[in-house]
Amino acid sequence: MEGDIANMGQFIGAGLAAIGSGAAAIGVGHVAGNFLSGALRNPSAAAGQTATLFIGIAFAEALGIFAFLVALLLMFAV
Amino acid sequence: MATETEGAEGGLAIHPMDQFMIKPLFGGDHIAFYTPTNATLWMALAVLATIGLLVLGTRGRAIVPSRMQSVAEMAYGFVYKMVEDVAGKDGLKFFPYIMTLFMFIVLANFLGLLPMSFAPTSHVAVTAVMALLVFFTVTVVGFVRNGAEFLGLFWVSSAPLALRPVLAIIELISYFVRPVSHSIRLAGNIMAGHAVIKVFAGFAAVTWIAPASILAISAVYALEVLVAFIQAYVFTILACVYLKDALHPHH
Repeated sequence: MEGDIANMGQFIGAGLAAIGSGAAAIGVGHVAGNFLSGALRNPSAAAGQTATLFIGIAFAEALGIFAFLVALLLMFAV
Repeated sequence: MATETEGAEGGLAIHPMDQFMIKPLFGGDHIAFYTPTNATLWMALAVLATIGLLVLGTRGRAIVPSRMQSVAEMAYGFVYKMVEDVAGKDGLKFFPYIMTLFMFIVLANFLGLLPMSFAPTSHVAVTAVMALLVFFTVTVVGFVRNGAEFLGLFWVSSAPLALRPVLAIIELISYFVRPVSHSIRLAGNIMAGHAVIKVFAGFAAVTWIAPASILAISAVYALEVLVAFIQAYVFTILACVYLKDALHPHH
């Protein structure tokens, strides 16, 4: 019985950690959307900023990956 | 394969993480540091593919390049421009290192996408070594090039004086978290993508859901091809950004 409750806690925790992926999705969408709105105003400057775009996306996405990692740790390592 | 159905409907067991298991190539259970494993094999294949593409591809040195030669030239030009744009002219001294990183990661990612293969970059052990090498290289280069002035990286001189100690602590923490996020980002992305494909593959065993599942696998696979390239790009461009910090530490 106690093991069941511990398992339940693991699964609930992993599910809650998955919310982080959605939060990262909001962040990445924000970065890409703002890049696009800027790029459409000044298309000639857009090409030089793609590297910055990818760096921004990478930083936003890393935190979602951390949430995924927490979920994995709860499922398989704890 | 790792996924298998146990009994009839509803009893399916999905093991999305089994594909990341390290197994010795020639049997046995014991894994020492010298044991050739599937990770060793696929890393070696990535190195061989790099050599094949870059050395054999450009051996002809044709004026009108063959397909392979133009791919090799594109890869070279792509990384060269990236180092020049991000790290600056004096960062070009480190171009061979960055190029090695990029080619290894991108080819390990692509080879890992082959069915039944193994993606070495999905292991934090592999990416952490690369990230730590970048971290130590950057730190050593920063101190050798700038001496104690390199510490100016943490002392934001454009901020108000009262804020600077607080910012220094934040900058210091963010500096030491770099190798963590640098390595986890690559490993996490690759691992997550492969696990998602495996989960959908597990659903394909149920008859009525199989068409949707196979469609989803195809879509996720296409996305993973994109991710495999973008993550290699992100890893190398972040290495360039860190290198720029080491070469020009002033804000």
